[in-house]
Formats: sequence, structure tokens, C-alpha cells
Amino acid sequence: MFEYAPAPESRSIVSIRPSYDLFIDGEFVEAKSDERIVTINPADEEPLAEVAAAGEADVDRAFTAARRAFERVWSPLPGAERGKYLFRIARIIQERARELAVLESLDNGKPIKETRDVDVPLAAAHFIYHAGWADKLAHAGFGPSPRPVGVAAQVIPWNFPLLMLAWKIAPALATGNTVVLKPAETTPLTALAFAEICQEAELPPGVVNILTGAGGTGRAVVAHPDADKVAFTGSTEVGREIARAVAGTGRRLTLELGGKGANIVYDDAAMDQAVEGIVSGIFFNQGHVCCAGSRLLVQESIAEELLAKLRTRISRLRLGDPLDKNTDIGAINSAAQLDRIRELAAAGEAEGASGWSPACPIPERGYWFPPTVFTGVTQAHRIAREEIFGPVLSVLTFRTPEEAVAKANNTPYGLSAGVWTEKGSRMLWTASRLRAGVVWSNTFNMFDPASPFGGYKESGYGREGGRHGLEAYLD
Amino acid sequence: MPDTTPGSLRTLLRELPGVDEVGVHRRTADLATRSVKTTAKRAAIDLAIRMVDLTTLEGADTPGKVSALAGKAMRPDPADPTAPSVAALCVYPDMVPVAARALAGSGVELASVATGFPAGRTSLEVKLADTGAAVAAGATEIDMVIDRGAFLSGDYRKVFDEITAVKETCGQARLKVILETGELATYDNVRRASWLSLHAGADFIKTSTGKTAPAATLPVTLVMLEAVRDYHLATGRRAGVKPAGGIRTTKDAMRYLVMVKEVAGDGWLDPAWFRLGASTLLNDLLMQRAKLTTGHYAGPDYYTID
Amino acid sequence: MTDKTDPLRVAVRRTYKLYLGGAFPRSESGRSYPVTSAKGLHLANAALASRKDVRDAVVAARKAFPGWSGRTAYNRGQILYRIAEMMEGRRAQFAEESAAAEGVSRARAEALVSAAIDRWVYYAGWADKIGQVLGGANQVSGPFFNHSEPEPTGVVGILAPADSPLLGLVSVLAPVITAGNTAVLVASEHHPLSAVTLAEALATSDLPPGVVNILTGRLSELAPPLAGHADVNALDLTGAGDHAPALEEAAATTLKRVLRPGPDDWTDADPGVSRIRRFLEIKTVWHPVGS
Repeated sequence: MFEYAPAPESRSIVSIRPSYDLFIDGEFVEAKSDERIVTINPADEEPLAEVAAAGEADVDRAFTAARRAFERVWSPLPGAERGKYLFRIARIIQERARELAVLESLDNGKPIKETRDVDVPLAAAHFIYHAGWADKLAHAGFGPSPRPVGVAAQVIPWNFPLLMLAWKIAPALATGNTVVLKPAETTPLTALAFAEICQEAELPPGVVNILTGAGGTGRAVVAHPDADKVAFTGSTEVGREIARAVAGTGRRLTLELGGKGANIVYDDAAMDQAVEGIVSGIFFNQGHVCCAGSRLLVQESIAEELLAKLRTRISRLRLGDPLDKNTDIGAINSAAQLDRIRELAAAGEAEGASGWSPACPIPERGYWFPPTVFTGVTQAHRIAREEIFGPVLSVLTFRTPEEAVAKANNTPYGLSAGVWTEKGSRMLWTASRLRAGVVWSNTFNMFDPASPFGGYKESGYGREGGRHGLEAYLD
Repeated sequence: MPDTTPGSLRTLLRELPGVDEVGVHRRTADLATRSVKTTAKRAAIDLAIRMVDLTTLEGADTPGKVSALAGKAMRPDPADPTAPSVAALCVYPDMVPVAARALAGSGVELASVATGFPAGRTSLEVKLADTGAAVAAGATEIDMVIDRGAFLSGDYRKVFDEITAVKETCGQARLKVILETGELATYDNVRRASWLSLHAGADFIKTSTGKTAPAATLPVTLVMLEAVRDYHLATGRRAGVKPAGGIRTTKDAMRYLVMVKEVAGDGWLDPAWFRLGASTLLNDLLMQRAKLTTGHYAGPDYYTID
Repeated sequence: MTDKTDPLRVAVRRTYKLYLGGAFPRSESGRSYPVTSAKGLHLANAALASRKDVRDAVVAARKAFPGWSGRTAYNRGQILYRIAEMMEGRRAQFAEESAAAEGVSRARAEALVSAAIDRWVYYAGWADKIGQVLGGANQVSGPFFNHSEPEPTGVVGILAPADSPLLGLVSVLAPVITAGNTAVLVASEHHPLSAVTLAEALATSDLPPGVVNILTGRLSELAPPLAGHADVNALDLTGAGDHAPALEEAAATTLKRVLRPGPDDWTDADPGVSRIRRFLEIKTVWHPVGS
């Protein structure tokens, strides 16, 4: 026998400054607002750095810079030249990949193997993909001479900080827009590192402006009268608020919001791969994934067998130090999120579902929640309806394909779904009836810059990625 | 006409869940990122050495070659007596008497390929005689090949019957059933052939003869580990897995051990239940072991070629 | 009114009713309102629909959605073409109503009717091409078949343009149902008669009941419940006028897709997919490729 020894990635590769300013017009500038935010490492609750919380005056400055850059530099620049800047950015992300991966793990709490193998390479890939579009927009199917919208106000969440930044900035820049982006309150550091990357790439000042801050900053950014387009990824609640604020202003809006994805496993599924898909569907990134497969719908005839396999598999997940290369489950991003997960898990128990977690040691400091599976869940339970955004799986059963689809669609959300069957016709039948923007059949949580992503119903509107994603940034 | 009656082998094998190739590859790639360092690596290297079926299966094998390899099997690192012996020496049937003499009393198992290795294209009588002779000459383990032609044509009964007959002939010797996964082509076939062999009484299922490409691969081994795990769960009988061929580096071996640990479980992390069919792998394991002991990278000239 | 060809015969007047779930009920409220011509002459009484009629219309549209969206695109195209045929058969009636409502010459009215009929033919042809034009395979970096296709968004609330009661009406309705959505349409408040006549054409055109539901009445009464209805997926505010900002805000509560009022040129015979696109969802499906 052998047991894994600790295999921590060294954090010496990153140098975090004690304090960060705002990135406006190509420079780090002191905020006019004197409010500051401390970002902490959720794995040990130690402070990492202090960042500014941009106020209205700072937001104004950023939009002024973005407008000027849009009019004078960026939109007149030939697409081929814009594309080269995006390629440059992508290359620098690749060159600084390890540093960015460690920084992201520290600030977010997610395992290094995910930041290293998913977040950072995909962020680079998004820039590369969109770099190639910059001089080919006339072929994208939006008319012979599509125009950029102008200045985009972008607000991103904490679950994939750098990757969501790439999803927002890469298409905006490729299509000739400039941006004012606000990273999440708890995960500003990779966005600030990205600001340095913009400087290193000699991106013209004002094309990308990064304003750190909390909810107040976000509201000021999306409500700014000089924003031509608003793009938001985050909760459905905040999405509604933004949609109301934008109503009547004529500003363009795309929203990528919450989800309660169903993962349907039919009795003929490739069971071992289905187990893997269920695990990556809900435990990838601690379940902090809008498209997580948080509802397992398993055909009753194989439920017992599948759940036994699932429990065995989950027992082998390794929870702990996000920087350890063998960690599968990292820290919950914040105390507030941990409270939310605990509250919903408690509701699951209170409403009569039964929770199970493997015996796994939980570190003493930091925010942690063990992988958890609830069985005996019904459609009426809160844990079957509300987005938990944590490593908590709700298991429901079904008897027929019709019932599976009906249960899967029985939610106001419509972001993602999974289908597991070895029968091609049933897969296609199911996929065509699922009211969800992304359907993974016999796989889950796969992402690619060429693949459009976005929701139906209250999971938002607009697509990100692929040819379809360009529409949001073109007139 | 294949037997399609309820409970027949055919229906039994068809009831097995399918295997999704892309999913298997993804899981394999994910497991390959596991980091085995420092104390874990030390423990894993020694375990891997103890799992090696040190193999020579050449037309040019001679008593001299086999005796020399037996010496290496018993004491892999002449310079370091703490290096453990390997699990077994694996030879052709005619070399069994030589190997038996060389290994006598060492605790190293003596494995013989049999049943018309590697193609298996002989009659059952010849296969049984081949097996019987090897056992009589002192083989404690038999590595048989299945009739891939029969399997691919759907004649599962023939494959099953041959395995049970060979198993009976083995007596006390443990039977490893070589699926020759490179010729079965799909993971669905690998899963079916694994279950077929296990139902027929295999003590081990083994990937390959080493005579066709591809030989052992991580994804194939994953599917076979799932089979022994599930078979154990279903019947209570534990069987082993032996990837063979193409495993050359310590890094390869570490990946196999990680897979055993995470797919089948710690219960299989034992030479009784997992083997690595290899020859050149051993020296790489020894060199890595020396690196951990001395802190310096080792050179091939310090290790015996057989 | 008497029969033009027989002064002694009393003509049978039409009753302009709502079109709900394939039937022609009066408003559940029992109300109606007078409709006058461009010159101020009384033309007819139209049903004054209520909030409850909105509710019933949404129920009918939702019920029709699985069937309509589940039909083959080819079949939907055929039915849209059939609508054109039905309109052609009633062109005199459409022309007369248009002339009266819009205060245009008979020749101009005839031209508007022709354009409206042709618009159905135009969209009939789009039905089975949207998938290819707006969807396709995505070249992802891995062993996956990844494919995006447009799907109808669901139940669409439409506020028809106020000032183009026939051509504008058809121009907003046809693109919505072409892709498989079902519709609850609020007709032009002051010129609702063409919409009811269109409903009569729809009812005889193989269009399944509930795919299109048409309400006549006050925009200010009907639009808010439509915009706030949780089972409406999208809203076309083309005819919303000053109500547009408030309706958009109401629509935000359930995150409806909203088409804001814009400069519209109903005479463009080739409007493309721009309106169809607004009421579609793009679904992306991943499937592994392996043996």
C-alpha cells in the first residue's frame, strides 16, 4: 500500500502586493473612494491583499477612459491589429500560467489541478479563439459590416474569476468594444494580474478598465449612463435587479445566471462514466458552478446500484489544501457562501431528505463543506429547487423517459442538463426536449471557447462563446 | 448459432453496462495528474518492484538467459539488498524446469505462459497438455491466452469452456487469463471478456501477450480494474489484474498504482492482486529508488541488464 | 347596412370576437368597445378583452407549445403557406378593412394585403432553414460532436404595431410562430378588425388551436398582465409605445426576452432572420465521439 504524500504547489511563484489600486486608462490609479476591501484566502482565512472599492467618481473616470479609447483608438483599429493584441494577451496568460493558477487557487480556494488544467488554459483559449474573429466579423452572420456596440459594463462572479473575465473581455475586445469590468468582491486578484498583463501586452490605455469593489461598485458600473452594453454573470436575483435597472434605457443586456441542472441517468447508461460525470457535475469547483448537475435524476431500476458506486467514488475524493496537486475538493469561497450551503443542507434534512457525506477530515481553519449527497429528495424540497452553489447533490428517481424530462424541466431555471444513455435515439430525444442551453450527453461540465454557453428561462439570455457569442457585442 | 437463451453467457455479457471511450480516457487523464512524491513515491516504487512479473518471452531464450533473469528477480539490485524481490519470473513453458531450479526456495513465483502462447491457435488438447506440462515442471502461475477469434465471432461458450478446462488443469497454480485487449479493440469487448474470464474462474485477468500492439494501456487497465472490483462486489471473490507490455518507466508504474488505488481500491494494492508484466521497467524502478536514497540520478550502467 | 347587390336584403353583420385556443369567444368580461374608421365612422364593436382573457390566452398558448414546436419545420412551413392561401381567399375583406382602418385608397389597401400575404409565404420558407442558418457544428478542442441549434423560446407575448394593423401585424406574428413559438398577440387598439379577420383565416388554415391567440382591447389593460405573466417567455414590445419602459421592467421579473420597439420598415420584403432570432434559444449539445 501507499498513501499520497503532501504535494503542494509552491506559492513562491506569485508575489501579491499588500495593496492594489484601480486599473483605469492603462494605469493603476488611487481610488477617489477611500473604501477598501480585504481579500482573504478561504482555505486559511488569512488576508491576501487589500483592494480599493471603486466609488461613483471612480466609475465615471473608468467610463470616460473607456469611451475615449473606444472612439479614438480601439474601434478605428483594423480588426487584424485588434486580433494581434488578443493573441498577445493569450500568450502572456500561457507564459504566466503557473503563477495565475496559484494566484487563483489562493484567492478562490479552488484546487490547483483545476486552475492549472481548466481555468487558466481555457482563459488563454478564449483569447486565442476570439483573436481570430477580430478581422472576420463580416463572416459571422450579423450583416456585412457589423459595428461594435461601444463601451461594455461587465460584472463577473467569483467562481471562475479569470475564466469569466476572459469570457467577457475576449469577445468584447475582438468585436471592437472597450470595457469596464468589475471582478467579484472576494476574488479580485487574478483580474488585477490581468490588468498587469494588459500593460505587458501594451494594450492601448482605456480599452480595459478594472474596478474592484463590492455590490455598490457593481451597481454603479451596470447603471452607468455611458454604458452601451451590460453583461453580467451571477445570481438570478441580481440578474433580475440589473434587468429592471436596464429597462427603458435602450442599453443592450446579456445575463448568465443561476441554474439547477438535471443530470439524467437512464438504466442503460455507461455506469462507470456516468458516476464520473455525476461527480464532476456537482463536485467540480466545489459545486460553485452555475451549470452544475445539482439534481441527479436516476432511473429507479438502477438507483441503488448507481448510488452505491457513487458513494464509493465520492469516498475517494480528496478534500483539503487547494494548492496540493492531489486535492479534488478545495475550500468554499467565502463565509457567506458556506452559510448559504449549510442553511440549504439543513433545510434538506429538515424537509425529510437524508444527507450522506464520506468520512473526510476537514481542516481546522478556512471554509469547508464535505461532498454531500441527499437521497429521498422530492421535487418539492428546497434542495431540489434552489441553487445551492456548493458540493451538494440532490438525488431524485424517475421511471420513464417522459417523467425524467418533465422533472428535469420542472424548474424556472434552464441552463444545463446531462443525459446518460448508450442509446443514441433516446439521447437525441431527451436532449431535444430538455429546456436548457447546454446539454451534455455522456459527459458533463465540458467547456470550449467555440461552444456557445447560456441559459433558457430564468438562467438568463444571450450566449457566450462561439459565433453566437459575438452577437452580444455587435450592432 | 450463438446461445441466446436466458441466463446464457451471451445475455449475461450483453447485460453489462457499456463503456464510454471518451469518459474512460478522461478519467485516465485525470488520474494521471496525481502527484506521487517523496515518501509516497518511495513506498510506491517498492510496491511496484514487488508487483513486477519479470518477463522473458523470446524465441532466443536460453537456459543461461533464464537463469540470469531468475537471479535478477530474486535480487534485483545487487548493490542494495534492501530492494525487494519481484513477484514472479515469467517464461515460456520449456524454460520452466530451468527457472524452477533457479528460483527454488526464493519465494518468487514462477509463471509460465501456456495454451499456445501468443496466438493460442491450437487445439484444446494441446493447450491442456501445454498447461499440464508447465505445472508439472514447477510453474506456480499459468498465463493463458483466450481464443480471440472465438470471442470476436460471438462464441463465448468456447472461450469460457477453454478457460474452465485450463483452470482445472492448473490445479494449485493461479491462472492468469490474457485477453489480448489490443485485438479486442473496444472497451465494451474488454469489459465483456473480463467478466467472461472471471465467470470462468480466472484468478487474474491480464491485458496482453506483449506480442501485439497496443499492449497494456491505462484506459484498458481501468476497465479491467472496474471489472474485478464489480465482480468482487457481486460474488465476494477477488481476482487480480495484470497489465503487461509497454510499461517501461517508473512514471508509468506510478500511474498504474494510482489507478489501482483509486479505481479498485487499496485492497488491490498487493502483489497478490496486481502485477506489472514487464522487463525493462525494473531497472528504471531501481534507478528511481536509488535516486530517492542517494539524492543523485542513477545511470544504467550500474544496473544489470538481466 | 344592406346588401349592396340586393337593396331589399338585410346583410348579416360579423361579430368581431377574440381568438383563444382555436375558438372565438367574447371577452369573459362581457365587454366590447367601438371601433371607428380613419374618418371617424363606426365600423364595429370589438371585444374588450380583460386580464383574465390574457390569462386564458397564455394557458392556451402554453398548451399548444409542445405540439407546435414538436412538429417538423417542414410542416410548420406548409401551415404558414396555408395561412397565405387562406388570406388570399379573403383578400377583398382584408382590403376593405385596411382601407377603412388606415384611411388609404383601395389600391393602396390591396397592395398592403398583397404584402401581408407574401410575408407569410416569406416566413413559410424560413421555417426549415433557420436551423442551418443559425445553428451548426462547433469545432471544440476534444473528441466531441458539439452542435448548436436554435429552439423556440416558448410562449411569446406580442404587442402588435398600432399603426400598421395588417402588414405590421403579420410582420410581427409570422416570425414568432415560424420557429415554433406560440403567441398571445394584442392587436392594435384602435384598428383591431384586421387582426380578427386574420384570426378567422388562421382558424381555417390547419394552424393548431392555441398557437396564435389574439386579443383586442386596451393596451394599457392587457399589456401589463402579459408582461408580468410568469409563463410568458418573451415579449415583443413593437406596439408598446410609451408603455415600453414599464413593460420591460415588468418583464425583467421573470427575465423574459424582450424585443424593444424600434424603427420598423414593414415594406421591406426581405426582413431576414432578425425577428426570428429574437425569439429563439440556442441549445448546445455535447456528445463524445468514441468507439
